[in-house]
Amino acid sequence: MESVCSINNFVQCLLNLGIAPDLAQFINILLGVVLVAIVPLVTVIMLIYIERKVAARVQDRIGPNRVGPYGLLQSVADAVKLLTKEDITPLGADKFIYNLAPIIAFASVILVWAVIPFTPLHVGADLSIGVLYFMAVSSIGTVKVVVAGWSSNNKYALLGAFRTIAQLLSYEVPLVLALLIPVMLAGTMSMQGITIAQQGMWFIVMAPVAAVIFFIANLAEAGRAPFDLIEAESEIIAGYNIEYSGFKFGMFMAAEFIHAFTIAVLAAVIFLGGWSGPFVHEVPVLGFIYLGIKTFIIYLFSLVLRSTVPRVRIDQLMAFNWKFLVPISIINVLMTAFLLQVVRALGLAPDPAQATDFVANLPQAVILLLGNLVVIGIVLTMIRNTGRRQRLEDEARHAAALERELERVSAPAGD
Amino acid sequence: MIELNVQTIAFLIFAACILGGALGVVTTRNLIHATLYLVLSLFGAAGFFVLLSAPFMAAVQVLVYIGAIAILIVFAVMLTRSMTRLRDIYNRQWVMSAIAAGLLFVLLMVGVILPVWGVGGAQAGREVSEVVASTAELGTALVSPNQFVLPFEVASLLLTAAMIGAIVIARDDE
Amino acid sequence: MAVLNEWAFIGVFFAIAWVVPVLPIVGARLFAPRKPNPLKQSTYECGVETVGDTWVQFKVQYYIYGLIFLVFDVEIVLLFPWALAYNQLDFFGFMAGFLFIFLLADALIYAWRKGALEWV
Repeated sequence: MESVCSINNFVQCLLNLGIAPDLAQFINILLGVVLVAIVPLVTVIMLIYIERKVAARVQDRIGPNRVGPYGLLQSVADAVKLLTKEDITPLGADKFIYNLAPIIAFASVILVWAVIPFTPLHVGADLSIGVLYFMAVSSIGTVKVVVAGWSSNNKYALLGAFRTIAQLLSYEVPLVLALLIPVMLAGTMSMQGITIAQQGMWFIVMAPVAAVIFFIANLAEAGRAPFDLIEAESEIIAGYNIEYSGFKFGMFMAAEFIHAFTIAVLAAVIFLGGWSGPFVHEVPVLGFIYLGIKTFIIYLFSLVLRSTVPRVRIDQLMAFNWKFLVPISIINVLMTAFLLQVVRALGLAPDPAQATDFVANLPQAVILLLGNLVVIGIVLTMIRNTGRRQRLEDEARHAAALERELERVSAPAGD
Repeated sequence: MIELNVQTIAFLIFAACILGGALGVVTTRNLIHATLYLVLSLFGAAGFFVLLSAPFMAAVQVLVYIGAIAILIVFAVMLTRSMTRLRDIYNRQWVMSAIAAGLLFVLLMVGVILPVWGVGGAQAGREVSEVVASTAELGTALVSPNQFVLPFEVASLLLTAAMIGAIVIARDDE
Repeated sequence: MAVLNEWAFIGVFFAIAWVVPVLPIVGARLFAPRKPNPLKQSTYECGVETVGDTWVQFKVQYYIYGLIFLVFDVEIVLLFPWALAYNQLDFFGFMAGFLFIFLLADALIYAWRKGALEWV
């Protein structure tokens, strides 16, 4: 029966072939790495096509339709074009660092995939600190901006880099605060553990506020619209990667597309139950499909958002983060922590033995959901009141200005 | 002698990262290059934490030191005008610092090699603890009343004070 | 050893993740034309000749954002073990975390009132 070689007993299979144990282990790891790394690399080719097509449909265009059937080979044509473009390095550039930046950009995005659980059995590396690993790896992404902006010897690149860093740093705060809540609910930081903890109830039901904050902050981290100040063509030409051309520029773009998809996967894993779905324990491959479906729903949502929401200004961006997202995240953490204590005091917390049971999770979920709804209600009321006050102030100012104008006109000229 | 296995090789790679990075920091004349060497060095330290079965510390090392402090250093460099291209090594006290660094090195070497510190004055004979504390145990220890709850709260207060101080100093225009 | 196996995966992944982007960049050298000239390699500022030094002094606001971020980052990282062990904590543990976050919120309110969060 050991004659069947599959991914699940690969080491044993190699040992049977007479390969040294250490080498077999290494080959196993290498194969795993390649398999995990292929997922984002293959999807990015489709993503660029899907993104252009969706953006086109929203803008009432057709989108790519020339290369291949339905324009499906457009991404291939793009890649070939980038490969044959001249790679220009500006004269004053710091050569080594200049070449390093696109590599860091790509590596920092693709490394996140190491901890994504694809099925109940298949996960690259189920680290005990999975969530923090994601944060740590994506914080390396900040370095790429510094490096690219500084080494290009271009004022706009440097200016764009500094704005981008300010943006990336700022939005990391609500992102990490939002991640505290799934960790609190699951009692683990491993991605697989968080997915398993959602067998009974998805975290988006228990922590919708955290889910929304996580999604928004991640959009900003990835530099997607409406937070795409990173490539504000009209203000700073293109931002930190202005001087890059050829495939180095392609690397930045590919990294951005993969990042946009990665945040959808992370949202699906952390808040939408990852691979969980019916019959997933009998047929693990189904988990991969469930995860793919959930991811694509979130991804399509972000695409529509990208095509419909205008870009924010940098001062609005900062104010939105520090004066809106961060306070809400802090309140949200406190509220969730308090309600979890209340749930436990009332004895409504699900028994660990019944953690996968939907009904057993219901009381806790309802209490947490109500708490979240209260927070949402307060926030919406505050937004409405602030908006109304602002509107009244604006109207008063306009009226005053009009009055002054009228006085000036009606006053006798010259005295 | 030292057994050559995966862990030893990893240790050597990380040690090379730390030492090479540290050498780069002190020899380069370009402050941004120095920051990047520092990142390399810090990354090696994160690798050491992984080898010591302290993955939480490794993540914190990368998140806080590379993701925040190294970037803050770049900001600080860009705030100081014309510090990016130093013509000469700008240090009038290099003799003093060389002596201090040498003394520190000797002190550390003595502490590591000779049995002068530790329980019973001998570090070499101590057994390595088999117990590996998990991050959850760290969490309970941090807020348990008879362990570290006071340092935990004091740390928060200290960070708040640090931020207030930073804002007061940086915004000297008022 | 089983735990280190996971990290061996990460180690190999690190190596591969650096190789993957290098390959096409190096590969492009085979196909791409290489005809550098000073005009082409000059700094791109929409056709206007660049004036002065690139590495100009930046305003202090960026640094303040960096500092505020650093404080928040360290505090939240310290909260992760607390959140992880939250299932095992009693009401005292909740209060300890509450006080910790309260001080964090305090710092935010101070920065807000001082106008350190304004983009100027």
